[in-house]
Amino acid sequence: MEDLMTTLKGQIIEQLNLEDVAVADIGNDDLLFGGELDLDSIDALELIVLLEKQHGVKVENPKEGKEIFKSIRTLAEFISKHQN
Amino acid sequence: MAVYIKGIGNISPQHTFDNDSFLDDFIEYEEKFLLATEPNYKDFLPAKSRRRMSKIVKMGVTAALHSLKDAGIETPDAIITGTGLGCLKDTEKFMTAIINDKEKFLTPISFIQSTHNTVGGTIAIMLKCYGYNFTYVHRGFSFESALMDGFMMTNENESGNYLIGGVDEMTENFYKTRRLLGRFKDEEVKNTELNSYKIPGNIPGEGASFFVLSNDKTTGKTYGSLDAMTTFYRPKDNTAVEKEITAFLERNNLTLEDIDCVVLGNSGDKENDEVFLHLQEHYFQKQIQTYFKHLCGEYYTASGFGFWQAVKIASTQRVPDSIRLNEIDRPIKKVLMYNHYNKVNHSLILVSHVGV
Repeated sequence: MEDLMTTLKGQIIEQLNLEDVAVADIGNDDLLFGGELDLDSIDALELIVLLEKQHGVKVENPKEGKEIFKSIRTLAEFISKHQN
Repeated sequence: MAVYIKGIGNISPQHTFDNDSFLDDFIEYEEKFLLATEPNYKDFLPAKSRRRMSKIVKMGVTAALHSLKDAGIETPDAIITGTGLGCLKDTEKFMTAIINDKEKFLTPISFIQSTHNTVGGTIAIMLKCYGYNFTYVHRGFSFESALMDGFMMTNENESGNYLIGGVDEMTENFYKTRRLLGRFKDEEVKNTELNSYKIPGNIPGEGASFFVLSNDKTTGKTYGSLDAMTTFYRPKDNTAVEKEITAFLERNNLTLEDIDCVVLGNSGDKENDEVFLHLQEHYFQKQIQTYFKHLCGEYYTASGFGFWQAVKIASTQRVPDSIRLNEIDRPIKKVLMYNHYNKVNHSLILVSHVGV
């Protein structure tokens, strides 16, 4: 799980072009939306594509999105649960 | 009504961002194409906006904000942009993604940012400017159309500050495809040897040139006046170009004698430069002759750089050695820019020095 969370942080930084943000700057439980990263709805779309393209998992139910995209940990848990 | 140039923002392959200098240092390149020397965007653009911007948007918005700051204007009355190719890099990005990912996994940012009016729209959003906003995409007339619109708007209105500019970016893909058409030199050439014509084609480039136009001469600084401009399409031959220039001067109650300096768009392509060489030898014999595309390269809105050069010459009444084509010297009051893109889109822009 730790490895997946580190990979996710790197992918998010690259995909969203988060200048001046390093993997170490993002805590596993930091809020992705409404927190220091201050991501918005367009970023959410980018993350949905990232999950499908890089990890092969789809967010089927939009209502679950808020909980899935809460933090790096919740994202990693969602991927682990649905990859298999 | 006179139209004055009140603010400048120019990002190019040379050090042109500092408005207090005028080509004091010259960057020599030996490249396939010339890329812009970019300022530190962190000084101009918030991190959140910056991370979604491609190079053309960063260049365009920063040059625009710089020109407004230079003019002491917070919000212009109009934003008028010209671009030949728009946001090419982002267009290539999402088109490549469509192909590579077999039309799946399409991300929204590069698509959203790929439209031609992204630069003008982003400037408006950042400034909360709800005024007239227009983007001209007219190939080699893109900058001229924006300038013409701003020129007419300034002429017709009692007061107002109008932001106009041209911007285009260069990409590796664009270079590769155009090179196949023989438009670009297919070897790395020194930009100082632009006029040697050893290899066919021009040296492509990129840049963003923005200006604030106003009819207010007294407030703040004034770089010069934009007296007149015109465009013409596919002239038959060199004589037709001469006639266009003579007619343009006559319409403005001038003769060739009144023109002190010319800014010519020699691009390094022998076929395209034939008309410039003809004019240098047979028409502008008594004028100071300068050129500019060895500084910025050729692109659809390169005339924005040419206009910048004309304005700086008129403002400083000085001609740096790096842009000279002849040794003639005379006091500079009126500067005429003549450019064409690929012998199709021709333009004349007349700028005058404005005394204090």
